Amino acid sequence: MTSDSVIDELKKAQILELLEQGKRVDGRTLDEPRKICIEINAIPKANGSARVYLGDTQVLCGVKIQPDKPFPDVGDKGMFMCTAELLPLSHPTVETGPPQAPVIELARVVDRGIRESHMVDVSDLVIEKDKSVVGVFADVVAIDYDGNLFDACSYAATAALLTSKTPTWEMVDDQPSVVEGADKPLPVTTIPVSVTMGKIGNYIVVDPNGDEWDSMDSRVTITTDSDGNICALQKGGSDGFTQDEINQCGELSIKVGAKIREQLKSVQQESQ
Amino acid sequence: MGGRDATMVLLDENGIRCDGRKIDEPRRIMIKAGGLKNADGSAYIEFGDNKILVGVFGPRDVHPKHMSDTDTGILRVRYHMEPFSVGERKRPAPSRREIEISKVIKEALEPAVMLEKFPRTAVDVFIEVLQADGGTRCAALTAASVALADAGIPMRDMVAAIASGKVADTIILDVNNEEDQAGQADMPVGYMPSLKKITLLQLDGVLTPEEYKKCVDVGVKGCEVVYELQKKALHDKYFGNKGD
Repeated sequence: MTSDSVIDELKKAQILELLEQGKRVDGRTLDEPRKICIEINAIPKANGSARVYLGDTQVLCGVKIQPDKPFPDVGDKGMFMCTAELLPLSHPTVETGPPQAPVIELARVVDRGIRESHMVDVSDLVIEKDKSVVGVFADVVAIDYDGNLFDACSYAATAALLTSKTPTWEMVDDQPSVVEGADKPLPVTTIPVSVTMGKIGNYIVVDPNGDEWDSMDSRVTITTDSDGNICALQKGGSDGFTQDEINQCGELSIKVGAKIREQLKSVQQESQ
Repeated sequence: MGGRDATMVLLDENGIRCDGRKIDEPRRIMIKAGGLKNADGSAYIEFGDNKILVGVFGPRDVHPKHMSDTDTGILRVRYHMEPFSVGERKRPAPSRREIEISKVIKEALEPAVMLEKFPRTAVDVFIEVLQADGGTRCAALTAASVALADAGIPMRDMVAAIASGKVADTIILDVNNEEDQAGQADMPVGYMPSLKKITLLQLDGVLTPEEYKKCVDVGVKGCEVVYELQKKALHDKYFGNKGD
């Protein structure tokens, strides 16, 4: 995904040529994300799960909820963590072994977007203060790659969290013990939506597909919350943005994100 | 990193911050170009209580060889914190945070360095955080630009960096450690003032659309101040008095 071959150069030239006519390789408008398909409860053994297709990019998220020891300085809060990983079957260039910088960045950006929105209300996930809290782990794996894993992983984690059911625990003999038949939805306060925009030449495109991803000069991922505020951002890639472009991307992320949030909301409602 | 003090006043009624600064006032910044004998270029920065050393090597042969690119030189950046740089000892192996910051700084520098002039070579930038106090990535990026210039590597511009943020519902310049831990938002900005391009931008914390635009603007203006100090550091080394 990183080395440029002659074919890549030709592809990039074609993508740029089309953009100059206001078109994209797959016929979308510049501010149009690909079709998003969300299948919830794909893994019934998880507390919540979602398979998300963003065009041909496919990812799967499973949420596990279990009692854990709290961090020493925050005994009055539960834990939330989100990870992301590229499976070797997702693309011919993916190798096994410890994650490389791009994958570490992916995981951290997806986690940060959801964490900074305060989606999961961790203050509501305490079994006994300083002794036992609830840990919520959203693990996302990329199954098939066609660009923009940032948004696909974020939607999968968000959809899985929105539809998760958490058991209830009580302390018995100083150990957390599950209360039977007391499962309830996870406490969520907002729906974060991540929107990634790529800059190709002087054009900003929403949700770059695989070919666009390989051709873009730089990118920015912006996460917005249900109030239409911006709660996380990450710029990447080997070129810069002007201040006007950054402002424009902020507006785009709010506009595009609002529509995607409606889709996530309907997924949540269907599950109840 | 630091402990959190819930009772601390981040911004008092006179608009003065926890360390005595005004809302648009950066911390004390001292940049020195050069200083290392073996590196091709180097810089040292004190940014508030941050103390960061940067050494640059190259353009030089690429090892391992398969990493080399026949069309262009490559830039490699390692951001590393010393175990003693923070409150509680940091394990010396690179953390996921350090790997991400290395990547972000690399991509912030790439637009500035004319790597295409040196195909099949590598420029290595080694950043060592000796003492950390919030805003290390911005201070590191600022110093790395000076070190690259000191190494005589052709550049389009230097990248200056500083963080803007939100504390007590107010947009501020140069977020310190306490403000990062207890504040509402932190936005590191890296900017090439002559080319007017933002090359590093991150955000965590909630901002309204208006605050977002203001935060970017405050950060960009702060970078212009840092830029002057970068130029002064180079000027002092190459055109200043030996006694300075």
